[in-house]
Amino acid sequence: MGYPHKSHPRETPILSKYFGDPEARTLEGWKARGGYKALPQALATDPVAIQNVVKESGLRGRGGAGFPTGLKWSFMKIGDGKPHYLCCNADESEPGTFKDREIMRWTPHALIEGCAVAAHAIGAETCYIYIRGEFTEPIAVMEAALDEARKAGVIGPNACGSGKTVNIWVHRGAGAYICGEETALMNSIEGRRGNPRIKPPFPAVAGLFGMPTTINNVETLTAVPHILNNGAEWYKAMSLSSPKSTGSKLFSVCGNVARPGNYEVPLGFPFKEFLYDLCGGPLPGRKFKAIIPGGSSVPVITIEEAEQVKMDYEGFMEFGTMMGSGGVIIFDDAQSMPKQLARLARFYAHESCAQCTQCREGTAWMTKILERIVAGQGTFEDLDTIFELTENMTGKTICVLSDSCGAPVTSGITRFRGEFESLITGKRSSTVAVG
Amino acid sequence: MPDQKLVNVTIEGRPVSVPEGTTILEAAKTAGVLIPHYCYHPGLKIAGVCRMCLVEVEKMPKLAPSCATTVAEGQVVNVYSQKALDARKGVLELLLINHPLDCPICDQAGECELQDYTFQEGRADSRYREPKRFNPAEDFGGDVLYVTNRCILCTRCVRYMGDVAGDRALCVEERGDRAKIGIAPDHDLSHAWAANVVDLCPVGALVSKDFLNKARAWELDRTASVCPNCSQGCNITLETRDGALMRMKPRSNSEVNHFYLCDEGRLNYQWVDRGDRLEAPMVAGQAVSWEAALTAAGAALTTGARHVVASPSLSNEALWLLKQAAGVGTFRVAQGTEAPLPGVTDLARRADRAPNATGAELLGFTRAANPLSGAGDVVVIAGDDCAGLDTAALASAKHVIFLGTAAPAALPVGAIVLPIANFAEEEGTFTNLRGRVQRYLQARPAPGFARAGWLAMAGLASAAGKGGAYTSAAAVFAAMAKAESAFAGMSYDTVGLKGQTAPGARVNA
Repeated sequence: MGYPHKSHPRETPILSKYFGDPEARTLEGWKARGGYKALPQALATDPVAIQNVVKESGLRGRGGAGFPTGLKWSFMKIGDGKPHYLCCNADESEPGTFKDREIMRWTPHALIEGCAVAAHAIGAETCYIYIRGEFTEPIAVMEAALDEARKAGVIGPNACGSGKTVNIWVHRGAGAYICGEETALMNSIEGRRGNPRIKPPFPAVAGLFGMPTTINNVETLTAVPHILNNGAEWYKAMSLSSPKSTGSKLFSVCGNVARPGNYEVPLGFPFKEFLYDLCGGPLPGRKFKAIIPGGSSVPVITIEEAEQVKMDYEGFMEFGTMMGSGGVIIFDDAQSMPKQLARLARFYAHESCAQCTQCREGTAWMTKILERIVAGQGTFEDLDTIFELTENMTGKTICVLSDSCGAPVTSGITRFRGEFESLITGKRSSTVAVG
Repeated sequence: MPDQKLVNVTIEGRPVSVPEGTTILEAAKTAGVLIPHYCYHPGLKIAGVCRMCLVEVEKMPKLAPSCATTVAEGQVVNVYSQKALDARKGVLELLLINHPLDCPICDQAGECELQDYTFQEGRADSRYREPKRFNPAEDFGGDVLYVTNRCILCTRCVRYMGDVAGDRALCVEERGDRAKIGIAPDHDLSHAWAANVVDLCPVGALVSKDFLNKARAWELDRTASVCPNCSQGCNITLETRDGALMRMKPRSNSEVNHFYLCDEGRLNYQWVDRGDRLEAPMVAGQAVSWEAALTAAGAALTTGARHVVASPSLSNEALWLLKQAAGVGTFRVAQGTEAPLPGVTDLARRADRAPNATGAELLGFTRAANPLSGAGDVVVIAGDDCAGLDTAALASAKHVIFLGTAAPAALPVGAIVLPIANFAEEEGTFTNLRGRVQRYLQARPAPGFARAGWLAMAGLASAAGKGGAYTSAAAVFAAMAKAESAFAGMSYDTVGLKGQTAPGARVNA
């Protein structure tokens, strides 16, 4: 639902049904709302059978990459004699994304159940929920819920009386964007500097503490009990579009929009109706101009493009962008795109872990160029340099932070070149307020 | 290793077979292609961060970091494809945007991998129009100065200190382009092996305080040698300018010191250039010709009971000829604290602070705390500087024959003095504590009339009528190998520049 707003009738509230309902936070309240039905059954089921249901459901990672969840789980070799680990990625550091925060704030037991089911499905006895350190309230809520679940025997050495061990621990991040990258996240849990690791080896082979590890997003894990309760077919049937994009998804909407908030819709939902109907359209007297639809790392598109998009993994890709984490950032006609993109680049420059040359130096250089353009000191050569620099920064580094800095910037220049050129030639665009 | 599985790959059109698990970068070396790289170092864990070693591998969608990618059967690697060259050109441009162009005052200039690869593959100009980042230089302690602005964050130094030296003194601090090498609180680079970070640094970010602004890399003459400061026998390169020793650098040898040299070893070289050298043979305080001095010494040797004091800093060749001329004797070894390098098996700064104690023992000389005690009628002192010894025995001896580089104060006026070269001025071999015989070469001429140790001893043996007609250190070594079973079958050819274990060495590893 569009928390903090009232649920919109066109939403499909599955994960977000109890946002804003404080009683859903307690174990008792959660059970009364249908929680912890899937877990006892799952613990009595063969892990591979659970993997297969999830595979069949078509659930894909909700953190941004969209990797099929069941397939990811099947990389874990059950019974290989090694300790397996599940990491729940609750770092939610992608600018514009705040869906996991609400899941943890309002329905912590939904995540605990999802973690416990997934841990069993990959043969893990230990799960770490890696929470963004700034999420003080969600951390407190999760800790309280975990305490309750442990005391009630829902999780622990004999989870739900199944004889199986499922331990879940909260690990707080310390404020680094890059720790949302799965291998950096593992380094951070291990107490190292949060630098992404070279792949291969992939986490399913050598992950946390060198052991087979699966990393899933909060929203992905929370969806799993619903799939087990209602069946893979139910989840698939929800989709309004491609069979490759199934189920519902939370979109966090922010920026210049009438009703910012979290909205849950089935994948394939028309973006135009989403923007104007669910989110209430632009602020009075304004028009939408540009949208970054999947968190700050994905290419920016124009409102004209956005109005044609079907909201699923493939739909966004048709217009050269990505659904990403579902963090919809909206810019209206009062915004200067060069200024906004410079700010975005500055974020990446600040957050680069400094390992790879292209990222460490490139993000900072790009920021300096953009800020110079915004300050009215740019040249046309600078625009060419940005494109060549982006080419240099894409696909050549350990992780994709460097790619993520270039994507919104170059897509923004391509689509809003006039704004950049008018700053360079010294003429202010008639429609853009340059701040 | 015959049972090791080999993988066939083609690198730059050249087919090579390398053991399974080899990285593309190492495989390329066997194909004669050096892929440019910064963070990779064969002695360190792989980081894969500089992205300089990107190459194009057919059928792989993205460029591969060759240091972190292992070879696969049938792989075709293109090091110099346009795509790979463009990527590396891009890395070089980015490494240089904040790098000061202070090569004219940088000690690394001339041996700088950033210069070399930029010259080889980089852009001629820069598109960077912004102000460069500036951070002040920092004294890291020990012999190391960190010139922050030149740092390319390859992290070789961090990995060396943590993984090889076992002292987590260094880290990368901060993020983004603000990142730099940081030093842990209450730490400095005073670790016994810390100065290796200067050699490992591919640019001029970590420089030696001792060598600071002393010489340009291209002015130096380089000579293969062996460190004379302890019994480990680390392989080194002597770097001289106009005959003056500017610095000692490790020379890699996987059997002895890998890529490393301890701080004490590398910094204890000033004595090589000491000014108070013996330059001419002397008899009774008067400079004489070698012929006259040797004749006097030969005559003196026959006048009574001989007492020989040798030095573990003399070469095997000199010691063996000393044994021919005057018989075996005793020697003393200066002692210091042992300091191992934890990351390398059997590598330490050894307690025996001399290079050839093992060689002396193999030739029959014996250790003694006070080698002068109980001296006889004729005392031969070869290489020992007599410092700290009770020299009363010298005064009572009939004859004293002294061979050395500088005259001890206690030397009687009537002594026969034969000036010899130090290790930088002659050719020879040392036998390290594991019995490895290693050659060192001549880096510069000896002062005045001083002769190589072996040549002076050969003259002495000749004068004493004990043979000794040799024209080179190699010939002496060959004769020694025939005469001494401990060195049986060895020659300068078999020893080479990486050394060979003497058959007679007891294995005390």
